[in-house]
Amino acid sequence: MTLTAPLPTEVEAAPPPSAQAADVRRGGWFVRITILIVVALWIIPALGVLVTSFRPESLVTTSGWWTAFAHLFDSGQWTLDNYRQALDAQGFENAFLNSLAVTIPATVIPITIAAFAAYAFSWMEFRGRYVMFVAVVGLLVVPLQMALIPILRLYVDGASLGGATIFPDLDLNGTFLGVWLAHTAFGLPLAVYLLRNFIGALPSSIIESAKIDGADHFTIFWRLVVPLSVPALAAFAIFQFLWVWNDLLVAYVFLGGTTENRVLTIALQNLVGSRGEEWHLLTSAAFISMILPLIVFFSLQRYFIRGLTAGAVKG
Amino acid sequence: VTTTVEQPPIAPEPEREAKETPKARHTLGMVALRVVGALVVPIAAFIVLWSTFDFLRDADANRFVLVGVAIAVGVGGVFFLYWAMNWVVNWLPERYREGVRPYVFVGPALVILAVFLIYPVINTILLSFGDRQGNGFVGLDNYEFVFTDDSMRRAIRNTLGWIVIVPLVATSIGLAFATLADRLRRGEAVAKSLIFLPMAISFVGAAVTWKLIYSFRPEGFGTNIGLLNGIKSGLGMSPTAWLQVKPWNNLMLMVIMIWLQVGFAMVVLSAAIKSIPDEIIEAARIDGASELQVFRRIIVPSIAPTIAVVATYMVINAMKVFDIVFVIGGAETNQTEVIAERMIRNFFLLDNDGRGAAIAVVLFVAVIPVMYWNIRRFREQEALR
Repeated sequence: MTLTAPLPTEVEAAPPPSAQAADVRRGGWFVRITILIVVALWIIPALGVLVTSFRPESLVTTSGWWTAFAHLFDSGQWTLDNYRQALDAQGFENAFLNSLAVTIPATVIPITIAAFAAYAFSWMEFRGRYVMFVAVVGLLVVPLQMALIPILRLYVDGASLGGATIFPDLDLNGTFLGVWLAHTAFGLPLAVYLLRNFIGALPSSIIESAKIDGADHFTIFWRLVVPLSVPALAAFAIFQFLWVWNDLLVAYVFLGGTTENRVLTIALQNLVGSRGEEWHLLTSAAFISMILPLIVFFSLQRYFIRGLTAGAVKG
Repeated sequence: VTTTVEQPPIAPEPEREAKETPKARHTLGMVALRVVGALVVPIAAFIVLWSTFDFLRDADANRFVLVGVAIAVGVGGVFFLYWAMNWVVNWLPERYREGVRPYVFVGPALVILAVFLIYPVINTILLSFGDRQGNGFVGLDNYEFVFTDDSMRRAIRNTLGWIVIVPLVATSIGLAFATLADRLRRGEAVAKSLIFLPMAISFVGAAVTWKLIYSFRPEGFGTNIGLLNGIKSGLGMSPTAWLQVKPWNNLMLMVIMIWLQVGFAMVVLSAAIKSIPDEIIEAARIDGASELQVFRRIIVPSIAPTIAVVATYMVINAMKVFDIVFVIGGAETNQTEVIAERMIRNFFLLDNDGRGAAIAVVLFVAVIPVMYWNIRRFREQEALR
């Protein structure tokens, strides 16, 4: 934006702002009430899930969750049974463990791989460096739908060209490794791009002096660059963690819906299909799937927001 | 168990080998011995890793142990790979080391991207001209299906609705909220985090949350426990099957995505608003501009690039929306199909690789220009920071 008029230095000629405008600016009743209404609208859906999940089945099916507030302190109104049922009988405990087993490695692996690559792109001399980096960033435009069919075919059949095996049939479908690798690939372009921006902006004097002291690249990376890059690593880690934890599509295609393997999002989706009207179960199951991201949100809010805004260009 | 793993560090070696002079101190045999010795370690590592994966496939093992091992192997494995490869490089004759090392650092990223993104893009394009098993050549049949099938045409129409309405509404609410919250004397942070909170929730969780709100029971089939129909019956009106009223049920689904994404727009736009120098806004006020004029003439033009980035991000997300429609279900009966959901339906549930691939290609072609523009804008923003 361009401002041609010079900023006024004297205020005497200025007309007084209208009373209403001043009110708005300082946060008068209009601002406060609007904000309050919007916040209430935003909270009510989640509140409905939370309240319903703690009400006994007989009440959930016969009255709206909002009626619970009329008997707030009546102990017959509240129960933990829904959670017990969801965790045990519906297998959400197992699904929670599977979600952890998918999400933690699928966060650490792409970050590690991307950090090494970002370091090389920033501080190492080699042929094709720029071309490779541009190619990696260019892959940001690929929507993951483009990759699903061929990867699934690779996992199930392998790949061959004219009878020669190019990619062996590793039987990766339905395994954690298969999902980790898929998530790693889908997260890498963004991770390399963001981390290169950060690592490339570190002062070169630090790297040079470490080299003079005789440190090799591996040591510089591990002892110097990684500790200095913690903010960028944390931001991407949170973004990727939430992305994988909340993902349905990749898990649905590569891990499937078997009771042993399924993650929380799949288990919840199955429950909607099989018991779509049993709201005491659906809500407690939904809350089980939300609890960890919510904890991450409340405890790491600053990094969380930075991670999500940085992740805005993910394909 | 056999493993074939690509070893990127070896790649540049041959051309350097040519420069090797006979003056080399190490005898060739010695070099070979070191190289072979160095290769034993990663191979052994892979065998260990692979047998652990075999263990992970064993469904009978205790689940807690299994998950623990999976996490340890996944996290530890990747660190170990780099450490082992670096160790190998240190065993190479000295003059090769620094030439090979960069490829150890970038190699794994390039290999994974080649196998999991570059190859699939080419393969998907080829498959889109093939039949349902992914063999043969059927010309443009699959594309004809994409643009003539009733369900597909509705999906395209609905997706167009998504990419216009969701970004427009979500960005507007986000902008309005950010502007107003900026003027709160107290509680700005709390208000903003409550709006932002749905961003932490999965699309599946959000779909369940809103399904409860839209929940419907016909009159005479019990109390309506959904909030909307609860309000209606409280007012003495008959309940509405919100998710079955065509075509408005599409809007009901879009509301879910708006609910999820306003927080994102709000946080990004709020940061942009706060970076406008106070003097400019004060000066306008002193010159007698009303608050609405300040908003329209100063705030909006100043943050226009950020608004564009936020809106494009949402356009891309709306193009690829899948989970919400898929989880709410009944896309065909309710006519709420969208492109990404059709892709999974055709490829995964109806097992038609050709059609699925064609839908993916159409999506890809639609996303490219928006994404290209978005990355460029993103880079400009980064450069300004």
